[in-house]
Amino acid sequence: MPNLRVINLVKILASENLMGRKIESLLIEFARIHRFFVRFLRELVTPPFEFKEIIRQCYEIGWKSFPLISLTGFIVGFVFTKQSRPSLEEFGATSWLPSLISIAIVRALAPLVTALIASGKVGSQIGAELSSMNVTEQIDAMEVSGTNPTKFLIVSRIIATTTMIPVLCFYVAGIGLLGGYLSIAAKDDMSLLSFFNQVFESIAVKDIFAMVLRAIVFGFTIGFASCYVGYYSSKGTEGVGKAANAAVVSSMFLVFIEELLIVQILSFF
Amino acid sequence: MEKTTQNINYEDVVIHVDKVSKSFGDLHVLRDVDLQLYNGENLVVLGRSGTGKSVLIKLISGLLKPDQGNINVLGEVVNILDERDLRGLRQRIGFSFQNSALYDSMTVRENLEFPLVRNKRNLTRTEIDKEVEEVLEGVGLSQAINQMPSELSGGQRKRIGIARTLILRPDIMLYDEPTAGLDPITCLDINSLINEVQERYRTSSIIITHDLACAKMVGDRMVMLLDGKFERQGTFEQIFDTEDERVQPFYDYNFIV
Repeated sequence: MPNLRVINLVKILASENLMGRKIESLLIEFARIHRFFVRFLRELVTPPFEFKEIIRQCYEIGWKSFPLISLTGFIVGFVFTKQSRPSLEEFGATSWLPSLISIAIVRALAPLVTALIASGKVGSQIGAELSSMNVTEQIDAMEVSGTNPTKFLIVSRIIATTTMIPVLCFYVAGIGLLGGYLSIAAKDDMSLLSFFNQVFESIAVKDIFAMVLRAIVFGFTIGFASCYVGYYSSKGTEGVGKAANAAVVSSMFLVFIEELLIVQILSFF
Repeated sequence: MEKTTQNINYEDVVIHVDKVSKSFGDLHVLRDVDLQLYNGENLVVLGRSGTGKSVLIKLISGLLKPDQGNINVLGEVVNILDERDLRGLRQRIGFSFQNSALYDSMTVRENLEFPLVRNKRNLTRTEIDKEVEEVLEGVGLSQAINQMPSELSGGQRKRIGIARTLILRPDIMLYDEPTAGLDPITCLDINSLINEVQERYRTSSIIITHDLACAKMVGDRMVMLLDGKFERQGTFEQIFDTEDERVQPFYDYNFIV
């Protein structure tokens, strides 16, 4: 309710020509995001919980992303290793390849690649789905039947992205390292065991912690941004396309901003 | 084809729209609108497209808030209720959407169960199945129980939409353009269903339409929305007994052209 007051105040100020229209719409957008977030938090902790829908979303978002994530993770690990080899070869340091790729994958590539793939696949899916439900009045139908669309549609999806993206991130790290190993094994005589010995010597617990933290933050962001643009999309079929597009773009943009901030914050530890 | 009016209690007002105004930007859709719906009555709201008919029932169901005025539904002022109380009141209001608004990722059974299991949490599986089968039988679509909405015709979707609202046994039904986009025979079926619902479930209803055949068949009373106000009301004959140029084309198009 305070947000409604803020929105009304902004509208009054704008109608009096005391503020530009762009600032008005920006402030209204911020107030709406805030209201959406507060509503999400309230429904997150208030029973009854939509466990069945949460599990269904985890399946949709997590399990159904595995094929794409597997391929992408493997290629990233393989190509990164292949591209890194010439630089290390100049210094005769190809034996450092396992350490290099493990640090790169765990600290940066795995969470980032998972988040970007999820932004494209999951973000567009959520944005388009919610937007089309909005256009066809399915969300209104939930409202008027005395059920809670925020709990069913929003909370379940955000919980699913926040929990599934860390799982996918671990998987990408593993498959990326496997890709890296195959790239090394194609040229050097190295066993899988000694490769992984070097990998685990190079990464510390705090690296794993940082990876999980990033994945949780990215997962929440993708879920929240996609749900928001889908839920508040404009009407009409054009709105569905725009919502899918906005979900991907805003998720990716926010992921990069967060990556920048997290790197800065973690550098203090 | 015209209905006989029974069971209407003109002393019991179930919906009272009191001097309600609603604008979208500079567009004034409703201006100081007054409306009453009596217990057991089917009230038809006529009007051109874009005159605010659908806005009116969205205001009544609390999907939109009025800029001015109050809307009293079953003794509660909708526009001042908080979310939880509004949700409770909505269990007593059925809303049939123009495009049915069926959940397209769910089967017909799941569509009907959706509001039921969330509003009546202590029901057993057997009771849920019984309710679903009963309400589906009521709209004559028992065989569609496991179908997806995409597999249904427009008329069937309308019926399932109505069934989904009936499953909570509402006191009030709001129909938004129930016959829009349907062939004449299916329109007749839907109109009969609206009358059946009124008789069988003892509902009071507001039917938004610009289909005069539908209005004539289902309405106990009619009001016409003109320039954001209800300027004419009464029976079908009373509404169209006028030389008003804003009203006559309605009749001419439906019955003469």
